[in-house]
Amino acid sequence: MADTDQLQVELVAADRTVWSGQATIVVAKTVDGDLGILRNHAPVLSLLTDGVVEISPVDGERMFAAVDGGFLSVANNRVSILSQFAALSHEINVEEARAELEAAQSDADGDDADERVKRAEARIRAAEKAS
Amino acid sequence: MALSVREYRARIKSTESMKKITRAMELIAASRIIKAQQRAQSAAPYARELTRAVSAVATYSNVDHPLTREPEDPKKAAVLIVTSDRGLAGAYSSSVLKEAERLAEKLRGEGKEIDTYICGRKGEAYYKFRGRPVMKTWTGFSDQPSYEAAHEIGRTLIEAFLADEGEANAVDEVHVVFTRFRSMLVQEPTDVRLLPLEVVEGEEKPDNGDVLPLYEFEPSAEAVLDGLLPQYVQSRIFFALLQAAASELAARQKAMKSATDNADELIKKYTRIANQARQAGITQEISEIVGGVNALADANAGQD
Repeated sequence: MADTDQLQVELVAADRTVWSGQATIVVAKTVDGDLGILRNHAPVLSLLTDGVVEISPVDGERMFAAVDGGFLSVANNRVSILSQFAALSHEINVEEARAELEAAQSDADGDDADERVKRAEARIRAAEKAS
Repeated sequence: MALSVREYRARIKSTESMKKITRAMELIAASRIIKAQQRAQSAAPYARELTRAVSAVATYSNVDHPLTREPEDPKKAAVLIVTSDRGLAGAYSSSVLKEAERLAEKLRGEGKEIDTYICGRKGEAYYKFRGRPVMKTWTGFSDQPSYEAAHEIGRTLIEAFLADEGEANAVDEVHVVFTRFRSMLVQEPTDVRLLPLEVVEGEEKPDNGDVLPLYEFEPSAEAVLDGLLPQYVQSRIFFALLQAAASELAARQKAMKSATDNADELIKKYTRIANQARQAGITQEISEIVGGVNALADANAGQD
């Protein structure tokens, strides 16, 4: 039963598969707001913002991952989360992310400063939620 | 051939140390190929899902996107050439450059101007030496490309493609020339037209032939396509870089293997010649001694 009834989730970054497995619920932050996905969700393709993706695996604790944009596709109980950069909370170095956040904030003139701030914040949030 | 034994010994020694170096490079290249192949494999899921998503959008919505629009009268083309940073890889870089020349010739025949973009120091040096203009170069990552590099290249090329006519960097199409990794023994330089995109290529059919599900797009099909296509382009470039890296390492391994074999041959040849020279020296010494003894004996006989 579990094989067919649960969501098959794949969290994929550009250069590796970050996590894949069975989950009961996936919550992601899209450009239109938070989107929760349970099984038998209608097929959807949605853009994500820099933020935290929450995955509740069938067995084991809830996981949080930081993603840099990307998108989410759901079809036939398969959820794919694609992002150029994605990291699970335990892979994130909080100190580094904080340093990056400060560097990005102080460098307000840079073109990508906003983006960097958002990304660093997403990473810190993911790490904090898990702890 | 009139060298002394000592000089031959010195040559053998230097050839031996060269052989050690080429042998080490061969082994290093061999171990890196495995890593490069693993990287290519771990990048595959992303490319697969992305292609699936893009074809889903393209199938279920007739959106007209700037990146897929064919320009009516293409006048200018950008060519990205993926070469290596370092040499000692046999004909790897030169065959990519040759392929690029061929493509450039073809494009010029179609009446298009060419903007060149280059990855890798070898290509950079080739164009610099010939005094040809280059729009932009990226170097320093040819044997282990990161996604950031592909991202950066993709952004530059997309910008050039989307730039309005009249701007300095504006182009109507984008081509990539890179070396495809077929196997350890075969790598072939290929050129691919990257932009405008031909999304539904039919090479990635959905699994077990099922029809793609009827997706809802959030916020809208256009917005999703807007977000997807640049990533698709970057993932294609990343794929090209990874293939090129694996090919470069394979070419280097092959080149270093034949260099090691040649060094072996040379050592054998020099050892033979050195032995001959040594033997000749000994023979000469013996005949000198014998001759000396004879002369002495003759002289003594004369006195008696």
